[in-house]
Amino acid sequence: MSVVPAEVLPGSVLAVDETARPAAAELGPRARLWPSLCAVYRAQLSRARVARIPLLFVATFQSIGIMILMRGVVDGGAEAQAVVAGSSVLVVAFVALNLLAQYFGQLRASGGLDHYATLPVPPAAVVLGAAGAYASFTVPGTVVTALFGCVLFGLPVAHLWVLVAVIPLAGAALAGLGAALGLLAPRPELATLLGQLGMSAALLLGVLPADRMPEVVRFARDLLPSTYGVEAFARTFGPHPDWAFVLGDLAVCGVVGVVSLAVATWAYRRAAVR
Amino acid sequence: MSTRAAQALRHSGDVVCAVRGLTKTYPAVRGRRGTPGTPEVRATDDVRLDIRRGEIFGLLGPNGAGKTTLVRQLTGLMRPDRGSVEILGHDIVRHPERAARILAYLGQESTALDELTVSLAAETTGRLRGLDVRQARAERDAVLDELGLGPLAGRPIKKLSGGQRRLACFAAALVGERPLLVLDEPTTAMDPVARRAVWSAVDRRRAERATTVLLVTHNVIEAETVLDRVAVLDRGRVIACDTPSGLKERVAGEVRVELLWRDRAPLEVPEVAALQDRVVESGRRWTLRLAPEEARAVVATVTGGAAFAALDDFTLATPSLEDVYLALGGAAQQGLVKA
Repeated sequence: MSVVPAEVLPGSVLAVDETARPAAAELGPRARLWPSLCAVYRAQLSRARVARIPLLFVATFQSIGIMILMRGVVDGGAEAQAVVAGSSVLVVAFVALNLLAQYFGQLRASGGLDHYATLPVPPAAVVLGAAGAYASFTVPGTVVTALFGCVLFGLPVAHLWVLVAVIPLAGAALAGLGAALGLLAPRPELATLLGQLGMSAALLLGVLPADRMPEVVRFARDLLPSTYGVEAFARTFGPHPDWAFVLGDLAVCGVVGVVSLAVATWAYRRAAVR
Repeated sequence: MSTRAAQALRHSGDVVCAVRGLTKTYPAVRGRRGTPGTPEVRATDDVRLDIRRGEIFGLLGPNGAGKTTLVRQLTGLMRPDRGSVEILGHDIVRHPERAARILAYLGQESTALDELTVSLAAETTGRLRGLDVRQARAERDAVLDELGLGPLAGRPIKKLSGGQRRLACFAAALVGERPLLVLDEPTTAMDPVARRAVWSAVDRRRAERATTVLLVTHNVIEAETVLDRVAVLDRGRVIACDTPSGLKERVAGEVRVELLWRDRAPLEVPEVAALQDRVVESGRRWTLRLAPEEARAVVATVTGGAAFAALDDFTLATPSLEDVYLALGGAAQQGLVKA
């Protein structure tokens, strides 16, 4: 480092003119990623007490109702496995995709993002904290739905532990998608509509058995990230699950999660400064 | 303020926030079916301001004058088309993200905090301002105590009354010390006790740490009592910038006469009819701005004879900031909202 003061260096005379300004003040600390992510997560989770519990019941009863309906059409086998797995992941889609899209859509439209944008917090902390909290809301509903489905269709509960991987990974993919839709939609009604459509797609394409669908619909089903969560979960009901395929499906969820959360973070940045 | 004064201030290094030539234009919106188009709007037009350390600087103007747009550009929430904003030596136009590390902003919306409890809102905001858990909790307790929010700490902000909600958001803005507070109508809907809590919290920070406050308001009475200096905004332009008393001196030669008629003005009285084209009329109320001797004559006329029978009430008042605004040629004929 040079010990010569900048003022005496040749060429610096022009820069130091009559508008010489006082040295810039020290900036306040920047909030680091993990602590602020945890703070946002905790705050979002506390909202559950006030606003989310009734909706969690709705999500769970919806899935249980669908399984009871399908009980009349499907009896056992691969189709029953698909129905139980699809209904369980539907709870994740309802909360993480639909409700999160609505939340961010409303926050953006009402100017609530200004609060976060005028705090020195990394955009990723806000998006990941909210997405993580919404994914966590889905845990009780998903577990209850899976257990009820296993009893209803007589499926083994031995491998239900796989939900430990399915919920966070499908949750990341769907919450990222929900956050991105909510932050990109130009109007809050559109964010709500997109969230609802996403959930309806997860319902129709996830719960109904795939081999009865036409080719086009099956292609659409492959595009939907929740499908991979459903498939991974459904495979574990078999007597000898092929764990390589399960891991493969979960990896797809993980990759979609990373990409969609990155898009959501970009969308947040874009929405915060207009 | 004169250009020379602004120059002198810049050299003294005491200017916290320097704004030069700030311009923002909202593009015209083409009309669609059912909705008429809007023309291009200059929300801020070549704004120049110097805010000094430790003062309460006000932005006063009617709705739509460009106050909030100006504040959004100062807080890094909106990029100006032209011009510069320098806060404590940092270029906010080039580095908008630095604004969050210099200032605390209390916006008009509380949707981000609505579903949290008062205590968690303050603590979370502190943590997002870079405090660790222990600091954030200590500051939260101190601020809630200072503002008398202790009994409400466990209540969700959504369930509070408008004024209490505003006070809770103000508390969140104070956690995690900042040298500049930007407050957009902080005392809206507050009762006198809450207002006093806000201004004494602000005064304490000014006395102890020379905190600077930029206040957006359209409450004229509050502006006259709390502000050190005020910039009057009209259609995006700063039409005057001075101390409240300095501004009022500009219209010191005038007196405001307000006449409230019983059901209608007695236009059959010639003296009253003669005033008709100088009056600002709103329902039964007439407002006149007159030289003192004219005012005396008007009062003598309406308090005697035929006109008195039609008169319900009258007031004679020295000019307020609202009169200043109208005298300066403010566009809104109704003047500022007087709360």
